[in-house]
Formats: sequence, structure tokens, C-alpha cells
Amino acid sequence: MSVGLEHYLVVSLLLFCLGLLGVILRRNLLVVYMSIELMLNAANLALVAFSRFNNRLDGQVMVFFIITVAAAEVAVGLALMVALYRRRQSAHVEDLTTLKL
Amino acid sequence: MQEILFYIFAVMTLACGLLVVANPFSRNPVTSAMFLVLCIVSLAGLFVLLHAFFLAAVQILVYAGAVMVLFLFVIMLLDLKEEERRKHKLVALVAGLTAVAGLAGILGRTIYASAPGRGLAGQAEGGPVELGRLLFNYQQGSPGFLLPFEMVSLVLLVAMIGVILISKKESA
Repeated sequence: MSVGLEHYLVVSLLLFCLGLLGVILRRNLLVVYMSIELMLNAANLALVAFSRFNNRLDGQVMVFFIITVAAAEVAVGLALMVALYRRRQSAHVEDLTTLKL
Repeated sequence: MQEILFYIFAVMTLACGLLVVANPFSRNPVTSAMFLVLCIVSLAGLFVLLHAFFLAAVQILVYAGAVMVLFLFVIMLLDLKEEERRKHKLVALVAGLTAVAGLAGILGRTIYASAPGRGLAGQAEGGPVELGRLLFNYQQGSPGFLLPFEMVSLVLLVAMIGVILISKKESA
């Protein structure tokens, strides 16, 4: 059986769900951040697969932009984390409850 | 051959993704980061199988190289102790698993029902030349992706300034 679009979409779906699970269940800020990266990568895989099978390269250009923005996002997020750690000495989600009512 | 490679890379991607999220042997963030690198590299393999050669190279250079080095730097900088096992609330665990399983069910059923791309053979080639033409060409009356390209460079600049501002010591 030849590998078609569905196969890539299923891989992308599973990877996205793994990332979502990590964001919901893990409590370490860094691991949560890595899970977000997993979800972004899953979306990238789906876009590249659609682009290949629709014979249009626009999807790949989109992935190009997503990778760039993700790099910026990681830089800002990690800087926030360092600033938070400097104040609270913790990188744990449950210790960051300032905004909780 | 392509099928075998696809299954190898797909299984590797998903296994490493699982080990990033829930590693039974270690709860150290460094281990998670290393498995994320492996996951990204095998994703680049999938990109090559999809003939997206340029993106595969960018994926390895930018993600596995730059982004992961940044991650590791911050992990080392924070000097995290081995994460103590705090108890998960059972309600949160069950609710999270249910939500994710529900989402997976809906998306899987959608893929199964709509059967996208049935009988289509992949054709698009994503080498650097093709992508560059699409990004920068002026020929067909449309400016292509020149404006988004410039905007992205602006985003990078703003992010850089923001990072410097955020991570500066406040006493200065």
C-alpha cells in the first residue's frame, strides 16, 4: 500500500495530540514549551503534506514563515521564563498564580 | 523503499514525541530536549520524503540547531533540580486525557470520512530554487510573498529587542 496524504495527516494528528497532552498534563514550564513546539511541528507536517499533494508550493512558504515566527516566539518565551525564574526561583506552573482570582 | 522509510520516520517521530512528553525513566528537562531534537530530525526526514528539501534543511538548521541550543542554554541557566514528583490531581488527569482523546477522535474521523488526496500522487517539488522563485518573483503581476517576508524580518527585530528588554536586570 503506497503512502498517501492520509498517512501524513494521521502522523501529524498524533503528534499534535501528544503535544496537547504535554501542555495539559506536564507541570514544568520548559517541558510545556517543548510540547508547544511539538504542536507547531505537527501543523508544519500537515501543511507540507497538503502542499505536496495539491501540487502548490504555497503551503511550504507558509511553513517557512511559521518556522521563523516560532524561532522568535521561543526567544521571547525563554526570556520571559528567565525573568520569572529570577523573581520566583521556580519554573513550575503551579507556583505562578499571580493572575489567579 | 519509500514506504519503509516513511514508517521508520513516522514511528521515530511519534516515539520521540511521546518521550518528550512522558518519559518513564527520567523527568529531567534535558532528556526531553534531547528527544525533541531527535523528533525534529526525524520530522526533517519526513519532509525529505515529501520532497520539501529546503524545508528539511531549514528544519535541522533552525530548529535542531538554533532553537534547541537556546532551550539547552536556558535549562542550564535555570539549573533546575530533578523535578520532584508532585501528585497529579486525578480529575485533571482524566479531564485532560478525555479532552485530547475526544479531539483525536474527531480529527481522525474527519480524515477517515473525507479521505483527502485519495488517488493523488504527490508532485510538488520544494527545492530552494522553486521556493525562492515563489517567494520573490514579481513576474506574474503579483508581488508574491515579498511583503510577508519583510514583515517577518520586522517580527524578528522586534523579538530581538523585546528579549533584550525583558531579560535585562531591573536594577540597571
